[in-house]
Amino acid sequence: MGTEPHLTWNPVQDLSEVLEYHFMVNALIAGSVVAVMAGLLGWLMVLRKETFAGHTLSMMAFPGAAGAALIGVPAMWGYFVFCVAGGLAIGRSSAGGRRTWGEQSASIGAVQALALGLGFLFVSLYGGVLGDLDNLLFGTFLGISDGQVLVLLAVAVVAIAALAALGRPLLFASVDADVASARGVPVRALGIAFLVLLGLAVAETSQVTGVLLVFALLVMPAASAQAVTARPGLSLALTVAIGLVVVWLGLGIAYFSVYPAGFFVTSISFAIYVGVQVGAWVRGTARMEAQMSEPPAEGVIA
Amino acid sequence: MTAIPSSPATPSSVPAVKLSGAAVRLGGRTIWSGVDVAVQGGEFVAVLGANGSGKSTLLKTVLGALALAAGEVSVLGGPAGRENAGIGYLPQRRSFDSGTRLRGSDVVRLGLDGDRWGLPLPFSSAGLDSRRGRARQRIEEVIELVGAREYADRPIGELSGGEQQRLLIAQALVRRPKLLLLDEPLDSLDLPNQAVVAALVHEICKGEGVAVLLVAHDVNPLLPYLDRVVYLAGGHAVAGPVEQVITGETLTGLYGLPVEVLKASDGRLVVVGQPEAPAHHHDRHSHDHDGHGDHGH
Repeated sequence: MGTEPHLTWNPVQDLSEVLEYHFMVNALIAGSVVAVMAGLLGWLMVLRKETFAGHTLSMMAFPGAAGAALIGVPAMWGYFVFCVAGGLAIGRSSAGGRRTWGEQSASIGAVQALALGLGFLFVSLYGGVLGDLDNLLFGTFLGISDGQVLVLLAVAVVAIAALAALGRPLLFASVDADVASARGVPVRALGIAFLVLLGLAVAETSQVTGVLLVFALLVMPAASAQAVTARPGLSLALTVAIGLVVVWLGLGIAYFSVYPAGFFVTSISFAIYVGVQVGAWVRGTARMEAQMSEPPAEGVIA
Repeated sequence: MTAIPSSPATPSSVPAVKLSGAAVRLGGRTIWSGVDVAVQGGEFVAVLGANGSGKSTLLKTVLGALALAAGEVSVLGGPAGRENAGIGYLPQRRSFDSGTRLRGSDVVRLGLDGDRWGLPLPFSSAGLDSRRGRARQRIEEVIELVGAREYADRPIGELSGGEQQRLLIAQALVRRPKLLLLDEPLDSLDLPNQAVVAALVHEICKGEGVAVLLVAHDVNPLLPYLDRVVYLAGGHAVAGPVEQVITGETLTGLYGLPVEVLKASDGRLVVVGQPEAPAHHHDRHSHDHDGHGDHGH
């Protein structure tokens, strides 16, 4: 066992060195679980244009961690309780009736302000400084316990099973609410259920990446995949694949480097996102030029 | 209200839609009352009237989304809302913004089985007699029927309004409904596309034997195809063939104001003198109530 990480450029040897450390194995498993779950829910979040709700849910980790410290339970439980409660609150306050996007985002903002205020109250009641401020903000990639891995895995399995059960009607309600509701799909209830599942995904992701870096796995893989293809199945698979590659590469590079894993995960995710957007722009421009140079089709109005 | 006897359409055993003495109140205001409408299977009926006259409300009543304050409604032989599986519904002013990254064919597919829980199994056989094969075949059929094959696999947000409208009609048709409820499908389309979509709806109505109740702002693109119209104004309705309903006499009775109907040489109708927003015009001329303005195009 090497005393210091040392890159040999022999992939088999490097990989086996990484996997010799239990904390690295835990980080890879937890990162993979979170990448899959955040990818699937993030894909729907981007399609539903609920990114601001996702951002607000990630802020819930602050009152969650502070509240957990106050009553002396592991921070993880605070994350889950507050993110799920936040999903319910946002769902009840913003999904009601035919509200405009502006009204919805204002009410989501109100929920966020209240949550952060509560967090502040909990911290002052606690009377001390939150010990794990770093973990709260930037995650604990390399400090994940066996127990935590198990909880992350169990919650992810349940949430993904629920998502699969809601599958089609949720997609229908997300892209075409009026027709879905005429067909008897419970659009409003599905909206709330989705936000609760999103809350679980955010609670899991923020334990690994930290509150501030949640979007590296929640938004960017989904937004990249959707820019590449409009086929829903392929797009979902690509989202998960990008998430996994981002986590594995990020952790691998971080192991051999002196810089934190969160930075690499975020940067790789961002690089893919930018690359895909540039590619989409180039394709779009090429198609427009091709259309301009073509003679107009005749007999369009037949 | 005035009920003009309907055209000699042979009344089949069960009318697709039947409203008798129907009234709707919303927020304490009566939208319309005493409305009698009957749509038989395979009939093409337009719902006309000014903005705010309650045209969309009529469709929502048929869907069972709004309850009547008085009178009766029966849809496909049952109370409104019960037979919605047999209805294809196209809501008003629906368009997908350019960021919607789903193919047109996916949106059509949601009309077929989007209300079924769970996910389609990705690895099941795609043979022609499997459920998945039949679903694919049906989606292809309706896409061909509306003439959208060429662009059905492009992201729906990148399509033009007319192209989206055709795919949405395909979505409404995919489950072989007996009744189509179309809320302003010609709205926001340019004139050539209005003509094309009107002809398409007529073709589907007659070819597939589907009853169509279509809300429209302007009757002219529909004139060659309509069996009957329902004209809503002043809280009441008149139903009957176009030539009996869109007349100066009938509309004057309905609005309670002198209304004139002019017929252009190409057969188009222009209503002059109706209050509120113009129902048959989009241009400034129709505000010209003095009768000697140029109302033709």
